[in-house]
Amino acid sequence: MTDLAYPDAPVTPATPVPRGRRLKARNQMDTPARRAKSVLKHIVLVGAALTMIYPLIWMVLSSFRPGELIFRQPGLVFSDFTFANYEHGWTALGFSFDTFLINSAIIVFGCVLGNVVSCSLAAYAFARLKFSGRRLLFAMMLVTIMLPIHVLIVPQYIVFSKVGLINTIWPIVLPKLLGTDAFFIFLMVQFIRGLPRELDEAALIDGCGHFRIFFSILLPLMIPAIATTAIFTFIWTWNDFFSSLIYLTKMENYTVQLAVRAFMDSAGQSNWGAMFAMSVVSLVPIFLAFLFGQRFLVRGIATTGIK
Amino acid sequence: MSALNELANLRQVSDKGKKQNKTAFIFLAPWLAGLVLITAAPLVASLVLSFTDYPLLKAPTFNGLDNYIKIFSDKRFRKSLKVTLTYVLVSTPLQLALALAIAVLLNRGMKGLAFYRSIFYLPSLMGSSVAIAMLWRQVFGSQGLVSTVLAKFGLADPAQSWIADPKTSLVTIILLHVWTFGSPMVIFLAGLRQIPMMYYEAAAVDGANKWTQFWNITMPLLTPVIFFNLVMQIIGAFQSFTQAFVVSNGTGGPVDSTLFYSLYVYQQGFVQFRMGYASALAWVLVVIVGAFTAVNFFFSKYWVFYDD
Repeated sequence: MTDLAYPDAPVTPATPVPRGRRLKARNQMDTPARRAKSVLKHIVLVGAALTMIYPLIWMVLSSFRPGELIFRQPGLVFSDFTFANYEHGWTALGFSFDTFLINSAIIVFGCVLGNVVSCSLAAYAFARLKFSGRRLLFAMMLVTIMLPIHVLIVPQYIVFSKVGLINTIWPIVLPKLLGTDAFFIFLMVQFIRGLPRELDEAALIDGCGHFRIFFSILLPLMIPAIATTAIFTFIWTWNDFFSSLIYLTKMENYTVQLAVRAFMDSAGQSNWGAMFAMSVVSLVPIFLAFLFGQRFLVRGIATTGIK
Repeated sequence: MSALNELANLRQVSDKGKKQNKTAFIFLAPWLAGLVLITAAPLVASLVLSFTDYPLLKAPTFNGLDNYIKIFSDKRFRKSLKVTLTYVLVSTPLQLALALAIAVLLNRGMKGLAFYRSIFYLPSLMGSSVAIAMLWRQVFGSQGLVSTVLAKFGLADPAQSWIADPKTSLVTIILLHVWTFGSPMVIFLAGLRQIPMMYYEAAAVDGANKWTQFWNITMPLLTPVIFFNLVMQIIGAFQSFTQAFVVSNGTGGPVDSTLFYSLYVYQQGFVQFRMGYASALAWVLVVIVGAFTAVNFFFSKYWVFYDD
């Protein structure tokens, strides 16, 4: 089950698959036709990859060039570098961009903490404990993964506005503290099911309670699943636009996403440079999360996606 | 087991033995509170509100089926449904086909697999951000990247804006969705790894070529993964909001050509503050998404193949 959940895991030396592949590769390698095919395949893939990331690279380069030069320059130009767009963009909205970065960071931190704590607790119960109504609750948990948010947002908004929580982080963070991202509960349930039950049983015999088992035995083993949850929550919350658009109306409370969008309101075309610069700033955390967390992301979506 | 199979086939584990209700309740407490307060109560409340006239600042007044009757004569509702269905039905198959094609190209042990996978995966993490939607406005706008490049080959006027033209504006958002094919691709890659290599070896011994192997081994064994991707991507696509909102600057324009359903719900609820009408719209969406999912599940037994 651990292998299933983690197809990339390096701890599977015993599987016959690689050996079979090596044999086959040796038999068939290096015929000219095969080599030509392989070269062709790489050309197609490199072409597709370049097309896909071209706009991103172009945006990054353009953000370092004078605003008036961005247009009519579809190529990648490495001259006229300047930080002017960043300097201008950082303060262009009346608040310094630090404000928005800090606002986003606080919300992201709360959401990551909330998801990790509430989802891992619930996952332990679903994966390891016997209780009345377990199957019904589990089914409800799975259904909530697929429920469109629109059908909840109106009453949620009404309640949050009646209790005066508009323009605070709570309408965004509270649901995560209460484990409403059921996707992650499911991910962790899958993961815990792959951990040997003998571990908990041995601990139980030694007199551990369930809390001890959870905190001292399972939690340390669940670090990969927790990392997946944390990184996905980080990326999704950082990118989230819908709920911040609804709940955060004052610019001093804006998240980075709302701030980037605000450039459009204040924009003539002269502002493209500043907007590009701040767009790049807003993408840097996602890129870093991707760079350092890719392993966990790839495993995580495989765990919940494959049959 | 994916969430979907799990749901279709809830574990037949017997719940005999000593119940641990009290412990379970403590572990489940935050989630249960969320289920009741954040999910169930608002769900019921929005159903009730959908039968009221509720302009937020005044008290709601019960108006029976008025909202639902109004929906069916609402031209913008019909337009938004059409836009959303077009988007869902065009972008989902395109995105999944591309994801599958690239995943199959990136077969096991290929040189540079990790590199290609990273490059193709990165856009799917960024695709829902405002920055990318803003970039799209530039890329497909007047004097934008696409028009400028096409103009060099004499294929378009550099001033052509694909976003301002109601005939092509939706296409640009569909392309943005297709651009994020990386996340289903990674799921496909994981699914491909689950197919035992011996099947291919046996088929090769029997003289089956790559094409036959693809259609007779890969595709059937991958159908559960395709099904999972299909259901989840359709549900997700119905709720798309950010890209349409940013690309059209919140209007759904030009002439409602990018008026996504969720954008229309947002406009009714949070711009016009017609909370009753927005709730009714949201419930219609739930019914539509539910119907699509049910149809998907129903037909799955005819084409989804389970090896075990």
